[in-house]
Amino acid sequence: MSSNVLARLSPWAFTIGLFALWEAAVHVFQIPEFFLPPPTAIARAFVDYWGPIYRNSMFTLATTMTGFGLAVVFGLALGLLVGWSRAIYAGLYPLMIGFNAIPKVAVVPILVLWFGIGFTPAVLTAFLISFFPIVVNVATGLATIEPETEDVLKALGASKLDIMRKVGIPRSLPYFFGSLKVAITLAFVGSVISESIASNYGIGNLMLQAQAQFQVPLIFAGLIALAIEGIVMYAAMAVLETRMTGWAQRSGFTQA
Amino acid sequence: MAAFVSLEGVSHTYGAVGSSSGGTLAVDGLSIAIESGAFAAVVGPSGCGKSTLMKLATGLQFPFKGEVKIAGERVERPVKIAGMAFQAPTLLPWRTTLENLLLPLEIVEPHRRLIRRNKAAYVERAEKLLASVGLDGVGPKYPWELSGGMQQRASLCRALIHEPQLLMLDEPFAALDAFTREELWCVIRDLHARTGITVILVTHDLREAVFLADRVFVMSSRPGRVINERPIDLPRPRDLDITFTREFQDIVHELREHIVRARQ
Repeated sequence: MSSNVLARLSPWAFTIGLFALWEAAVHVFQIPEFFLPPPTAIARAFVDYWGPIYRNSMFTLATTMTGFGLAVVFGLALGLLVGWSRAIYAGLYPLMIGFNAIPKVAVVPILVLWFGIGFTPAVLTAFLISFFPIVVNVATGLATIEPETEDVLKALGASKLDIMRKVGIPRSLPYFFGSLKVAITLAFVGSVISESIASNYGIGNLMLQAQAQFQVPLIFAGLIALAIEGIVMYAAMAVLETRMTGWAQRSGFTQA
Repeated sequence: MAAFVSLEGVSHTYGAVGSSSGGTLAVDGLSIAIESGAFAAVVGPSGCGKSTLMKLATGLQFPFKGEVKIAGERVERPVKIAGMAFQAPTLLPWRTTLENLLLPLEIVEPHRRLIRRNKAAYVERAEKLLASVGLDGVGPKYPWELSGGMQQRASLCRALIHEPQLLMLDEPFAALDAFTREELWCVIRDLHARTGITVILVTHDLREAVFLADRVFVMSSRPGRVINERPIDLPRPRDLDITFTREFQDIVHELREHIVRARQ
């Protein structure tokens, strides 16, 4: 078998291996189902509760993607702004770091106070948690323009906007698309946090209710559903990244 | 004849004058005059302000004392009639070689206004220029598909595409192997002979300076100023073989003496 085929099969092999190990461990150590359900029990929960799991997954996906979309728009805008001017950079950076240090779970009650429970606070939490890496990456891309390139263009009479358009923005695109992979997973964290505190919908809420009714396999089914959504969206971002910035992906290390 | 590029008693420092950080002068009382169409080389110990000279002469920096004039006009903004090439080729990796060449035309007037309409004519011009430095047909290739020497040739073409009157070269061959470097010496020599462009070459390599230049300026260590000006009378066109002649070696040795003294 060639190493190429091996590399293609290995993610499946490792995933199946993990579940097999889990299943075996539960049986060997006789772990009760309400403590750690085996994968087969989780699969059964998936089948039994397919309707609610599907509906709530879609709801969580919608809130996450809306929040993520906002994060992309504002993160990109703020990143360009911060990268544009040293003064704005110096002024905003400590504020952003301070803001990022605040646990977003602590912000949810305030959002509920302002917007009520449900869709809006979940979207905003997803947005707040995921926009920071986008800003930082875009600003980094702009800050690392080679001074020689800048000199070549300035000596031709290029304005700051010219340099931004011709060099800055294309140069920061790989950083931007790279940050989307981090941001999308964080966005899921944000929306689920908000859903489990203040919502009647979503996977977060489903898991909370399952916990209240002691349906442990259903809690785990919720986790697996989230993991699957996360992987799919991450893969989508990775594909987008290779599509948009193929020129920056020549190293053998970047094969996703 | 009035000099095309002239620096008179120029002093420059990075940061504010007299402040604690901006205390060191990069250049002090620097005077250089270069005639139109001449090939000037500037040599000196490292950190002597050669790159500062480049920035002053292209209007990227302005001196706090003295005067910089290009074509008789005081430099108060980036000069636009200069092309620049550096040790690193600084080609943009997301553009093909041809697109990299067209970049200056997207910025400099009047090409900026015309490039969309006359794209074909500009592309032809870029391809001709590429061919003239031995890069026929590499236009559609990306910079990383080219060797170091080819990238540096492309970088030279980018510096020349808008037909500047002044070509500024900041150690453009320092990162190349010896054979490629000598090959590129000849490329520059032929470009200069063909176009009559004024060239200022900043370099560490004395053989390079003597082979290419009409006049070599030796700078002192920081703060930099000109301590020796040596006309090179070797007949043109010069062949690489000239670098092995006694006459050539003597000039190189003489310049070397100056630099050794400047370092002390």
